[in-house]
Amino acid sequence: MSTETATKANSAAPPGRFARFPMHWLGVVPFAAFVLLFLILPTMKIVIGAFQTADGGFTLSNVAGLFTPSILAAYWISIKISFMSAILGCLIGFAMAAAVVLGGLPRSIRDPLLTFSGVASNFAGVPLAFAFLATLGPVGLVNLFLRSEFGVDLRMLGFNILSFWGLTVTYLFFQIPLMVLIITPALDGLKKEWREAAAILGATNGQYWRMVGFPILLPSLLGTLALLFANAFGAVATAIALTGSSLNIVPILLYAQIRGDVLGDPHLGYALAFGMIVVTGCANAIYIWLRARSERWLK
Amino acid sequence: MKRLWAWAALIIGLIYFILPLVGMTNFSLKMRRGEYSFDAYAKVFADSRFHETFGYSVWMALLTIVFGVFLVVPTAYWVRLKLPYLRPYIEFVTLLPLVIPAIVIVFGYIRLYNTSSWLPLTGSYVGTDVLLVFGYATLSLPYMYRAVDTGLRTIDVTTLTEAAQSLGAGWATIIGRVILPNVTVAVMSGAFVTFAIVMGEFTMAALLNKPAFGPYMQLLGANRAYEPAALAVIAFGITWACLGLMQLVSRLQKTPQRPV
Amino acid sequence: MSFLTLTHLQKSFGTVKVVHDFNMAIEKGEFISFLGPSGCGKTTVLRMIAGFETPTGGTIEIDGKNQTNLRPNQRNIGMVFQAYALFPNMNVFDNVAFGLKVAGKPKGEIETRVKEMLKLIHLEHLADRYPYQMSGGQQQRVALARALAPKPQVLLLDEPLSALDAKIRVSLREEIRQIQRQLGITTVFVTHDQEEALSISDRIVVMNAGKADQIGTPGEIYNRPTTRFVANFVGTLNVVQAVLVNGAAGTVQIGNKTLQLSQPVTGKADGSSISLAFRPEAATLADAANGDAALSGTVISSNFLGSVLRTKVDLGGNIVSFDMFNQPSAVLPKTGDTVSLSLQQDGLMVLGD
Repeated sequence: MSTETATKANSAAPPGRFARFPMHWLGVVPFAAFVLLFLILPTMKIVIGAFQTADGGFTLSNVAGLFTPSILAAYWISIKISFMSAILGCLIGFAMAAAVVLGGLPRSIRDPLLTFSGVASNFAGVPLAFAFLATLGPVGLVNLFLRSEFGVDLRMLGFNILSFWGLTVTYLFFQIPLMVLIITPALDGLKKEWREAAAILGATNGQYWRMVGFPILLPSLLGTLALLFANAFGAVATAIALTGSSLNIVPILLYAQIRGDVLGDPHLGYALAFGMIVVTGCANAIYIWLRARSERWLK
Repeated sequence: MKRLWAWAALIIGLIYFILPLVGMTNFSLKMRRGEYSFDAYAKVFADSRFHETFGYSVWMALLTIVFGVFLVVPTAYWVRLKLPYLRPYIEFVTLLPLVIPAIVIVFGYIRLYNTSSWLPLTGSYVGTDVLLVFGYATLSLPYMYRAVDTGLRTIDVTTLTEAAQSLGAGWATIIGRVILPNVTVAVMSGAFVTFAIVMGEFTMAALLNKPAFGPYMQLLGANRAYEPAALAVIAFGITWACLGLMQLVSRLQKTPQRPV
Repeated sequence: MSFLTLTHLQKSFGTVKVVHDFNMAIEKGEFISFLGPSGCGKTTVLRMIAGFETPTGGTIEIDGKNQTNLRPNQRNIGMVFQAYALFPNMNVFDNVAFGLKVAGKPKGEIETRVKEMLKLIHLEHLADRYPYQMSGGQQQRVALARALAPKPQVLLLDEPLSALDAKIRVSLREEIRQIQRQLGITTVFVTHDQEEALSISDRIVVMNAGKADQIGTPGEIYNRPTTRFVANFVGTLNVVQAVLVNGAAGTVQIGNKTLQLSQPVTGKADGSSISLAFRPEAATLADAANGDAALSGTVISSNFLGSVLRTKVDLGGNIVSFDMFNQPSAVLPKTGDTVSLSLQQDGLMVLGD
């Protein structure tokens, strides 16, 4: 086989870069082509389209078009929901992971919790919305129970599953497990010796957490917050199945735009999608940067 | 005291997770007035659209897995063997689908491969099927690549390759008969995640107008009361089975494999 | 009066008794090593002194004050850990300052003290570095400075050198000893490395199965081990079987050679079999003409160890090692040679059971 002899000859005598360049790089060509065609180019198409007029000229008017009250409101509510579900997901997920890792609970709880988290963090989308409708919806389990036992209606208390809080509570179902999955290793990374070193140097438990434990965890916490934010921001299916089109958030707006060009301007659609990439891209950049920092510490 | 707080945090968390599962199961059994029954499930299973979309999604999932394996295994292998300095970049690229929302990617597909473009994939039925498989492969790339790459780390790729070469094997033989069997477990765990993702996926299938299980669930949810809950139970079962199998398989990996 | 006193210290984990009755009185400024194999309970005793483990029984006193029920942060103790345990989020300065900060010391005082400490370990120039930017040896010196900064009454060192390279291990242990002398701080050092313990301690506690087998100066431990365990654990030991000829006169017989011991043997009947031990350096090649009570045997192997040449000899079934200093002019025994060994009288030990 020609490839084989070529590589063999190359590895025997260190050749000039020119000689081995083509043979070696041929191996990743299919992958590169696939990624280029079905990941990079489609994304570039959107990004470039966001700055193009219908006839191909450069413009900023598409992006400027985002700054209309209704679209800004959609971004704002999307960001609020994503941020709220990320914050709550972080706090609750952290509490659960901390309970298992630091709280002195039996070690046998740990594996089942992590397995369950793996499943739950993947149980997103349409069925998740159904599960919450069946639970917190107008005729859901909780509502029926409260009505028959206490005569209280959740909607009378101002709770509506098709709302900001409804969506946030639903998103938490995949946000919390994701947090548990990411933060458990970080908590494991807190060495027992740090706590002991702090104690023997005279620090109280509170001082240890304030000066050592929390600062060490902070990059992981903030990084995961960014990741959860991006995760919620890009979630389309859950939102659509839960609220139909009654909630004006960016993914739903974009979905409607792609389906029927409701905005009447395809390039505004590009700008809308571009805005999503910018938001999730920023969140992920923060995640990567903070993660690199905490890994450097804990090396 | 500390342990009390720990139990409280854990139990409150678990209630939050169990309640929706109980809620949907309970709701799915209440179609008949006043008593529990499997009517909703019977309705769902009797629906020919259920069979069509479910079958279609299973088919798509299998195609995606096969395509993903053919794409990822040789690449990950080749990068480890010959281009290790490329690994960080490849890894970064494979994580991009977690950053770029699926809806943006599929939007790009629709604009890039429409009927008037150089590659009019959306113009034909088979073309959109192919596009959907590629889309699913993109979505599952982070999981598939990571699983395979982790699997390759546990075997000595270079030595295996040189041993096979010294026995006269060509590249196809090396990858197909030496490398692949040694990363079966990793490939399978990647395959199970892919399956779970494809079965529940909504956005891509809906925007490409394909009769997949995700859009079917959404459509049913908009029009029916009890059947969606039954579908949610089924979907949860699929997710649970896939990831449970994945855990099982990766646990098998830790015990020594019998010689091939 | 002793400074750090451990009385009837005991510790059990569940039904497993890790530390039996442990008693020890340590003087102010003394450098004590706990030496023993892993699992002998040495680290547990150290952790009880630190307050990380609560004793099942017994008391710990420092300077006459009972510490047994105090929490670690209420004791005035410094500790250095095997894995450095520097706080990764703080630079060197902040690490060393930690103990002073939590004690609420004023800023100026902290700065002076930290600088003083960094000078002590010769790392003033690295005050702004983070732990991940330093070598293991540097990190461990910072850990030492951090432990010493709050002026602890007692310094505990938990195998602080085991994670380091051989060369740094030796230089750092000398530096630790020198700093300890300079500050006159009472120090307990846990190690499984006998060479380490022998080289830097005032006294050594050899521990075995949760008990102190022997407490003594390095010389005593090495030259006069009181138990078979100590004799075996510390240094290399040759054991030969002998017959007690006359206990009161201290004469024994090996094969057909009679040897005179430096001390009488008690507790054994004349004619009974005893175990006689000696260090490799207590045997020398005998001149056959000299007429020493020499034992003859066949050379099995000779190993060149640098300054020393270690030879194994088969003495009628007892295989023993002996050392000779290296001399370029020396004629080295060859495998198969027949040699005679003479044993130093005061190098012979009778082992108990």
